[in-house]
Amino acid sequence: MLEIAGLHGFYGESHVLHGVDLSVRAGEVVTIVGRNGAGKTTTLRAVMGILQKRSGSIRVMGTETIKLPPERVARLGVGYVPEERGIFASLNVTENLMLPPTLAPGGMTTEEIYRLFPNLKDRAKSQGSKLTGGEQQMLAIARVLRTGAKFLLLDEPTEGLAPVIVQQIGRVLETIKERNLTVLLVEQNFRFAARVSDRHYVMESGKIIDAIGRSEIAGKMERLEEYLGV
Amino acid sequence: MSATALFGQLLLGLINGSFYAMLSLGLAIIFGLLAIVNAAQGAFYMLGAFIAWMLFQYLGIGYWASFVLAPLAVAIIGMILERTLIRRVYNLDHLYGLLLTLGLFQIIQGMFVHWYGTSGQPYDYPDILTGGHNLGFMFLPTYRAWVVVASLIFCFGTWYAIEKTRLGAYLRAATENPTLVRAFGINVPMLVTLAFGGGVALAGLAGVLAAPIYQVNPLMGGNILTTVFAVVVVGGFGSILGAIVTGLALGVLEGFSKVFYPEASNMVIFAVMIVVLMIKPAGLFGRER
Amino acid sequence: MALEIGELSASAAKTRGIDWLGLAVGIAILVVAPFLIYPVFLIKLLCMALFACAFNLMIGGGGLLSFGHAAFFGGGAYIAAETAKNFGFPFEFALLAGVASATFLGFLFGVIAIRRQGLFFAMITLALAQAVYFLALRLPFTHSEDGIQAVPRGWLFGVVDLKDNFAMYYVTAAIFLAGYLLVARVWKSPFGQVLRAIKDNQPRMISLGYPVDRYKLMNFVLSAALSGLAGSLKAMGLGLATLTDVDFTTSIAVVLMVLLGGMGTLLGPVVGAIISVSMDDYLAGIGIPVPVVIGVIFVVIILVFRRGIVGEVVHYWRKWQARKPATRA
Ligand SMILES: Nc1ncnc2c1ncn2[C@@H]1O[C@H](COP(=O)(O)OP(=O)(O)O)[C@@H](O)[C@H]1O
Ligand SMILES: [Mg+2]
Repeated sequence: MLEIAGLHGFYGESHVLHGVDLSVRAGEVVTIVGRNGAGKTTTLRAVMGILQKRSGSIRVMGTETIKLPPERVARLGVGYVPEERGIFASLNVTENLMLPPTLAPGGMTTEEIYRLFPNLKDRAKSQGSKLTGGEQQMLAIARVLRTGAKFLLLDEPTEGLAPVIVQQIGRVLETIKERNLTVLLVEQNFRFAARVSDRHYVMESGKIIDAIGRSEIAGKMERLEEYLGV
Repeated sequence: MSATALFGQLLLGLINGSFYAMLSLGLAIIFGLLAIVNAAQGAFYMLGAFIAWMLFQYLGIGYWASFVLAPLAVAIIGMILERTLIRRVYNLDHLYGLLLTLGLFQIIQGMFVHWYGTSGQPYDYPDILTGGHNLGFMFLPTYRAWVVVASLIFCFGTWYAIEKTRLGAYLRAATENPTLVRAFGINVPMLVTLAFGGGVALAGLAGVLAAPIYQVNPLMGGNILTTVFAVVVVGGFGSILGAIVTGLALGVLEGFSKVFYPEASNMVIFAVMIVVLMIKPAGLFGRER
Repeated sequence: MALEIGELSASAAKTRGIDWLGLAVGIAILVVAPFLIYPVFLIKLLCMALFACAFNLMIGGGGLLSFGHAAFFGGGAYIAAETAKNFGFPFEFALLAGVASATFLGFLFGVIAIRRQGLFFAMITLALAQAVYFLALRLPFTHSEDGIQAVPRGWLFGVVDLKDNFAMYYVTAAIFLAGYLLVARVWKSPFGQVLRAIKDNQPRMISLGYPVDRYKLMNFVLSAALSGLAGSLKAMGLGLATLTDVDFTTSIAVVLMVLLGGMGTLLGPVVGAIISVSMDDYLAGIGIPVPVVIGVIFVVIILVFRRGIVGEVVHYWRKWQARKPATRA
């Protein structure tokens, strides 16, 4: 589904990604963990084509995308939930939800989405700027589930949210898994990540420094905590 | 003073106001997406009128076909300029966009002045819109009534398209965060080109509507541009409806002052601008940025 | 991304004091020029150059782009012409009257416009200048389309008869030189440094407690006053003040000169004025539409060399200087 090899990324003159290698197979949920500033968000932005100064290889569903603009990457069936959620303040909830065009058949219907996110239905006419952090996150995820994207990039979906909402997002991720979607998840909340992920990559200073399978997690918990500095 | 004169001037004010509204509406759309103040907007207004006139003069094509063709031609010219030249300054200081479009304005206006002089060419009313109705308190020329109705339809149609349709939602979203809209699979560079075309087409349409009322004159664009800038400063760039309302209101106000104090009619919009700047620097509908 | 405004500060800091050699060459050129070129043309050229320097003071110092400087130039021209012709003011008092009126106008514009920046500042100054244009069209003393013609130059301090073109030229040259040196002086002064700091980072200067708007306003008024001086001098030298002087095209012309020569460079506006005034003259002679050429130059400068002629030269000179030691090593 995704193969990244030797990915370098830059913000202007500053070199942020130093040869990232990772891969995600179809149907997997894979997490990238790492400290703040490690380059996790930048990696997702590079995959989406939002970060334009990049080199190396990124193959999405077999297509080389290192030279493609974001809209072409998205059209391959990629859904992006950015760290800052990116809810449009001037659009109401329904407009935000309906904004991303359908990329492939098989996306969730509006009813299914409202069943999964009941509070969005109540706030359908609210302006995007009026939502709480939790509602924004729900909306940001809901909006890509509608499009039929087969591969989702989620950047810290639990960041700054109350435990109840984190649980709710956990349930959403389980639903996503049941629907057999592929997910590349960036997460600092390791407990949350451990519950839903098949595998973990550890990122530091713009490189992947370790990979941990599901079965190894229990044994490597200590090492992980060291990586994350908790 | 006769009521006929008063209402006649008010009607003309309303017509001018709807031209201001269409031009500043186009400016607002373009500014929202491109962060450029399009100084060539006046030139596109003039082009709309001139293309209609040329279609008739050289090809015998009448008003109604020109009503569609001229704005379309203006849109195409605008889109070509956006693709080839204007696009190159998006990442520069916004003032470069203003200077570049000012250069384009000079080129377009200069060429027409060179070819056609500054005296103005007459352009006829379409047959079915000649004549008028006596409403008792005033004489209402049919063509002027049509201009008011048509421009209101286009202004509010644009408002509807932006606020209520899917394409409009793309536009508003791209105004806020173009990168993310691209990441959803929408071709924003194309959207920007279309928006520029649409924004200048509104000016072109106003030009066609204006052609039979005023003469078709190469300088008509420069004259309206400064007024439209003042309208934009008064209204601010924040809201589509705000641009329409401000344009109409200032046009009517200008019409009023023509009746009561003609010497000052050119100044009244600038006076309003000064007052608004003192009270609300961001403009009536603007957001401070 | 900011406007590409030449770094005058750097060169100013290096050459402490005045560049005597440059000044000597400049004065020599000014002295010799009227023997080679028709003095009245030179008078016009120097007035436009002074106007461009004044405009440059504002954009180079404050980073503010005004589209309404014709109001100050033309306003000064009208007042100087009127006072000299109909009030019988002597030359120097007519100039003073012109400068005073432009200063007052600049203060009004500034108070209204200075609160907004960037695009809005440009649009507001344009609209205000248009209001001044309409005033000039309506007020009786400006004689609408005809303008004020046949303005007597009079005598400088009652001793020098300015009817002589050479005398008028040398007076103009002296005033131009004084204006040019004033701009240079302002830029090197602490006032100029504060202005540049504001241009680079306004929020920071506000938080440091600088009255940012007052600095910008002072700079704007100074620029308006110098523009008024240029306009008054033009009215006296050429003997007329017309609607063209307050017209939008004049506002654009000065933007072009400064852009062409290089914003924020000392010499840029002068170079821009020389090219643009000579070009106007030449094009008018062969019937190529001037506005089209001006428009094309705008487009080319903005797409190809935003630093302007002098700015680009300085830029490449510095690059070359920076590379030299490396190649030697
Ligand atoms: N827009 C930007 N411009 C310049 N540097 C940036 C930008 N965004 C992030 N960085 C830098 O890139 C590095 C990686 O950032 P990021 O990918 O956001 O880290 P993470 O998501 O792992 O916390 C950090 O050192 C950060 O300071
Ligand atoms: Mg991050």
